[in-house]
Amino acid sequence: MKRNSVFAVAREAMRQHSGWRRTWANPEPKKSYDVIIIGAGGHGLATAYYLGKNFGITNVAVIEKGWLGGGNTGRNTTIIRSNYLQDPSAAIYEKARSLYETLSQDLNYNVMFSPRGVMMLAQTQHEIRGYQRTSHANSLQGVKTEFISPARVKELCPIMNIDGPRYPVLGAHWQPRGGSARHDAVAWGYARACSDMGMHILQKTEVTGINQQGGNVTGVDTSRGHISCKKLGMVVAGHASVVADMAGFQLPIESVPLQALVSEPIKPCMDVVVMANTVHGYMSQSDKGEMVIGGGTDAYNAYTQRGSFHHLEETVRALIETFPMVSRLKMLRHWGGIVDVTGDRSPILSKTPLGNTFINCGWGTGGFKAIPGSGWGFAELMAKGESPLTADFGLDRFRAGRFIDESVAAGVAH
Amino acid sequence: MSTRLANHGRLINRSKAIKFTFNGKVMTGFEGDSLAASLLANDQMLMGRSFKYHRPRGVVASGGEEPNALMNLGAEGHFEPNARATTTETFGGLTATSQNHFPSLEFDVGAINSKLARFLPAGFYYKMFIHPRSFWKHVYEPIIRKSAGLGKAPKARDSDKYEHYYHFCEVMIVGGGIAGLQAAKSAAATGVRVLLVEQTAHWGGRAPVDGATIDGISAEDWVHETVVALSACENVVIRHRTQGAGVYDHGYALAYERIADHTPGDGRPRHRLWRVRCKQIITATGAIERPLSFAGNDIPGVMLASAVRDYVVNYAVSPGDRTVVVTNNDDAYRTALRLKKAGLDVPVILDARAEGGGVLMAEAIAVGIRVELGRGIAKVIGSKRVTGVQICAQAGEGAVLEEIGCDVVAMSGGWSPVVHLWSHCGGKLFWDVDQAMFRPDPDKPPLGIDGAGFVRVAGLANGHLRSASCMVDAAIQGTAAAYNATGKVKKIKTAEAEDAEEVPLSPVWLMPQGASYKLRSKAWLDFQNDVKVSDVQLAAQEGFESVEHAKRYTTLGMATDQGKLSNINGLAVLSKALNADIPDVGTTTFRPPYTPISMASLAGEARGELFQPIRKTAMHEWHDDHGADWEPVGGWRRPYAYLQSGETTDQAVWREVINTREKLGLLDASTLGKIVVKGPDAGKFLDMMYTNMMSNLKLGRCRYGLMCSENGFLSDDGVVARIDDQTWLCHTTSGGADRIHAHMEEWLQTEWWDWQVWVVNITEELAQVAVVGPNSRKVLEKLGGMQVSADALPFMAWADGEIGGITCRAYRISFSGELSYEIAVPASRGLEFWEMLVEAGAEFGVMPYGTECLHIMRAEKGFIMIGDETDGTVIPQDLGLGWAISKKKEDFLGKRAQQRPFMDNPNRWQLVGLETLDGSVLEDGSYAIAKGQNANGQTNTEGRVTSTYHSPTLGKGIAMGLVHNGPDRMGEVLSFTKIGAPPVKAKIVSPVFYDPEGEKPNA
Amino acid sequence: MLILNCPYCGRDKDETELAAGGEAHLTRFGPGSSDQDFEGYLFGRANPKGLHFERWRCAAGCGKWFHAARCTATLEVFGTYKAQTLEPPRVIKDAITAKRPGWSWRNFS
Repeated sequence: MKRNSVFAVAREAMRQHSGWRRTWANPEPKKSYDVIIIGAGGHGLATAYYLGKNFGITNVAVIEKGWLGGGNTGRNTTIIRSNYLQDPSAAIYEKARSLYETLSQDLNYNVMFSPRGVMMLAQTQHEIRGYQRTSHANSLQGVKTEFISPARVKELCPIMNIDGPRYPVLGAHWQPRGGSARHDAVAWGYARACSDMGMHILQKTEVTGINQQGGNVTGVDTSRGHISCKKLGMVVAGHASVVADMAGFQLPIESVPLQALVSEPIKPCMDVVVMANTVHGYMSQSDKGEMVIGGGTDAYNAYTQRGSFHHLEETVRALIETFPMVSRLKMLRHWGGIVDVTGDRSPILSKTPLGNTFINCGWGTGGFKAIPGSGWGFAELMAKGESPLTADFGLDRFRAGRFIDESVAAGVAH
Repeated sequence: MSTRLANHGRLINRSKAIKFTFNGKVMTGFEGDSLAASLLANDQMLMGRSFKYHRPRGVVASGGEEPNALMNLGAEGHFEPNARATTTETFGGLTATSQNHFPSLEFDVGAINSKLARFLPAGFYYKMFIHPRSFWKHVYEPIIRKSAGLGKAPKARDSDKYEHYYHFCEVMIVGGGIAGLQAAKSAAATGVRVLLVEQTAHWGGRAPVDGATIDGISAEDWVHETVVALSACENVVIRHRTQGAGVYDHGYALAYERIADHTPGDGRPRHRLWRVRCKQIITATGAIERPLSFAGNDIPGVMLASAVRDYVVNYAVSPGDRTVVVTNNDDAYRTALRLKKAGLDVPVILDARAEGGGVLMAEAIAVGIRVELGRGIAKVIGSKRVTGVQICAQAGEGAVLEEIGCDVVAMSGGWSPVVHLWSHCGGKLFWDVDQAMFRPDPDKPPLGIDGAGFVRVAGLANGHLRSASCMVDAAIQGTAAAYNATGKVKKIKTAEAEDAEEVPLSPVWLMPQGASYKLRSKAWLDFQNDVKVSDVQLAAQEGFESVEHAKRYTTLGMATDQGKLSNINGLAVLSKALNADIPDVGTTTFRPPYTPISMASLAGEARGELFQPIRKTAMHEWHDDHGADWEPVGGWRRPYAYLQSGETTDQAVWREVINTREKLGLLDASTLGKIVVKGPDAGKFLDMMYTNMMSNLKLGRCRYGLMCSENGFLSDDGVVARIDDQTWLCHTTSGGADRIHAHMEEWLQTEWWDWQVWVVNITEELAQVAVVGPNSRKVLEKLGGMQVSADALPFMAWADGEIGGITCRAYRISFSGELSYEIAVPASRGLEFWEMLVEAGAEFGVMPYGTECLHIMRAEKGFIMIGDETDGTVIPQDLGLGWAISKKKEDFLGKRAQQRPFMDNPNRWQLVGLETLDGSVLEDGSYAIAKGQNANGQTNTEGRVTSTYHSPTLGKGIAMGLVHNGPDRMGEVLSFTKIGAPPVKAKIVSPVFYDPEGEKPNA
Repeated sequence: MLILNCPYCGRDKDETELAAGGEAHLTRFGPGSSDQDFEGYLFGRANPKGLHFERWRCAAGCGKWFHAARCTATLEVFGTYKAQTLEPPRVIKDAITAKRPGWSWRNFS
């Protein structure tokens, strides 16, 4: 693969860009691989990448029923932060955030990580206390955050109305090195790097069955035939229950639609990411100028990539209270993704009842920000059978009653 | 130049001239104009700049598909960015400015990007700006953001109002063209309720412009007659300026009515969002003409052929004096004929088809227009305005045969049905090879509640290009929709339409077909986002083979027009590059809304004070009048403290605590939930709900109870009173009443439905006042009535009676550690009772107190607070509340969960009191630092602060916290985090700081 | 934007008038049950892409809990019934069979 750089672009500009090669190969499946990952979203591709990079395991296939990065990786609001309360969460999200810092250089692909800062508004006394607690926890977790005053909030985000009649802004939990990235580029950059290492990304290949013998996985049936493997990773987000069902076990997961919307693009007016959890809305401005807005999930199970309209009304209504200027913008487009929500709202990165089979799911509404850390830890788990990053995220925690509950601080959406 | 013609103009009122401004320049238009028409009439073809290269942009279309003519409209509280000039009605005083340029529309320094275009192909930013690392955030990104973004950010608060409207009908029809009108007629004939909406201010769609004959009269007249007839039908609602914006599951649809965009400030709502529920939806949304992809097709003056026709016929505006028509179909000949009829020059029609067209071509030749077959445009000449075209053979590589001067190019690449609404909810499409278009696949409709299709498509949107078949189709769909919705059938005569015969088009996805890279890199697909044929080809070359990948890589179709003009052309280019058939490559997903709708309309009336109405207790206004510093609690507001003049909040809280402890305090406790549980099985039921035994509570007595979730976690607490043999009254936390009521109902209805228990939430029926402090009994005795002495009403007892002439129920309970009564009175008398207490209490030093005082007093007593000591992960055993967990009961909610290994563990973090060695106040949420780090390099912890206050009573900092094995570690000193400072030492002590023997409340 | 018919009110209710309550027909396991059974009761969810039995409350109406048989992929509703039952009534099962022959759900079919 040619290196990407300004010089490469200049060189190609002189020859009508004829020298650019495929970003990832489109190979025929082999009969067998050391590792098969089901799901070529961000988490699956990152897992494959770190299997190769950190453990030298490159005889890997990443199987995707649609197009890579086409699930929640390509339909989220791209917020990156690690200001979590609980130690296991802060560890994996901060690992991810710190990997994002250098991801463009690692992958030689500009994922446009923009550490513009993320603030989570405190709009009740209860939220203030919750975020203060998180600030204390973060100080011991190596996550740089602080609780800031309403005046500082206004300074960082002048379009905000901090004196709203219903929920005035009483402060915010601020992570200056949080931010956003270009979601598609994360998937594409990982895919390119995986392909470079000789891994196979098999798009438009649907897994239809999982084969096992003596309690261990032996391979998968796909729409392109049977493929054997020694180890299997399931990384399919909203469809986790469907794939687990093929392997014969059940998950503490429910799949629900989560919606987002964007406005038409306008000139830069907001240089931070703002989350307002009391009113369930969050907003940032993309590099194109669109205001990117996320809201809450539907309360019922569904696999439609669209949600119920009234959630958008609620989200926009709440945002207009905090950002009055939003009122004069127009909604360009709204869409939905299927998020996999666990019993304690925290992810599962775990061994499964089926031998040599691992599952990475349950990221719910917060998966994008975790992609590099999730891939890093899950690759270690798959390669070595354990990882400090994933140790607390096992499936066994639900039986033991050992939950990782992030909603405790202030009903925080991910 | 573009100009106003002397005669005609279907939609304008020449007697009403209108003044408006564009970029500060005063211009004149006519009533009925679109802003784009007004601008063209003033020879203003240049209307904006493109997104990426800042190329000059003129208007290209005449409707909602317009990608270029976007304006900043209005000012201050009426400002709107990115308004389409084509869908903006011109009104007197309108002010518009063009977007995305600096310093001016005519001269834009950003246009340097266009010169550098070869260095900025699709996806260039993924490949560049990688080093040095910090430059992306601080250098590259700000530049990219600033040059993108189009319209200005609004600054002022919205001055307009908006509303929501619910509408119910059997059949909703979107699109007021002849197909929509016919479908409405056919559906309405059965008597079903019909809603017909049209996004523009005019009925009839294209037919009146294109000149069909319907039932022997002109389309214009037929449309008029039909609208009049439909308006007279009681079962029909018709609305123009109302867009069918989105289709959702189970027959839900959004319609977006632009009531007052063209009459700002007239007092009416600006927009109205219709939330429609219907059984069947017919989308008669017509079709959108496709541009042709030739070099220079983005230069101002290159327009859709249909748009050129619209401006001439509808507004009597000539986009230019000399128009070259370039086409692959017969329809564009209509444009040439209309221009000719208007006395304008059409130097040539370039028909890419080698055989040319049918009767319309013959007519064109007959009126003396030169027609060249098998020809196309190699390149358009001009920069800010077309000055001519270079003609080439369509089959060639672009060798120039001839150059012709012109100031407008009218292009037509065929028509794409508007299938958006069909697709919003999952309707599938098929590729019609003959007409080169995606059409709705009637076998794969969006599925409704019953699993059957609930959306139909009629007319042009359904692929019926000719008026006659369009009408037949519309009638069929209208009749079928009514039948599907209600089972009613009534057939009426279908209008018969006639228009000119047409021969099929020949798909042209690139002009000329063998165009060189140089030409392809100047052939635009997406005019707003600057995506060219060469960009899509590059995407394919780089492996972005999925249409979604190609779209995202190039940004094709992601502009504010959402690819209405560019998607099919881009898809065709991608297919060709991949050597695949168009339907095999597929389409991107159509997402609502059809065109952008205002955010404000989504919010509707719920803004400001109406955003989330505040729940108010009977005494709310009194608090407000007496200095309440409000705190949101659930849906309520509660006074945090009552500020006296000159006081800070902290001072007020301090005063309230001291006064209540020493004299008399009043708390409005009305927000506490009150739920009556009654019935033969009520005791058994409450024994399941609470961890304590409630069935054995004695009549007249109260008991503090805990509720856990089935997951074992403490979820609510409160005092339960036994009212009679079969009745208990359960207090919940403030704001918890609805949740706990629902929780009880859920268990009763879904698990123990054979138990005879009734549950009623009476929270709002009662006002409740906590009368607290050593003087509390005195004030109640002064008011007179029921006995409140220690003997008559002992601690943890309750009694019904009357105080000061008001019927009440008095509870002898205390959350403050003082002698205390909670008195419940009818809500209607709450204020009266409160004021009575204030007046009578004056001699006893009465003062109201707020939630912070409440919190401090309970913390001084070591009482837990749900939400402070609990956070959804805490079980009662952690809080030293084991005494409230019945050992006798076989079962209660949460019992099984608490037997799980992680919970049934003596090594959990448990409640203790904390006192700093220096008397300072620990920080909220502070953690106790333990030795070492965990495997992820995080500092270990061994406890945390759950509540922390400066105690006015004790004059020092006190705190409660959860500490690893805390109760066994009394006297140990721990280090607690302090933000931005060294850790603070605090000693583990009993959590009960005040009156540890509990004598005061028993007084 | 779902519509479900509340079997108590007998009315079609908009989703905004209802509250969703997750999977239906879960068997409660209390003290004395195995860890596995208890975990399954609290957390094990079928979460199918297809037929789903689920609980709803007529929250802004009569307040009653009821069950719905609904497809999570197409959102088709096969029927609703009162919650006071341990399994779907015959008429609901038949309605599902008519649309999805051969269906099964945990122990029901």
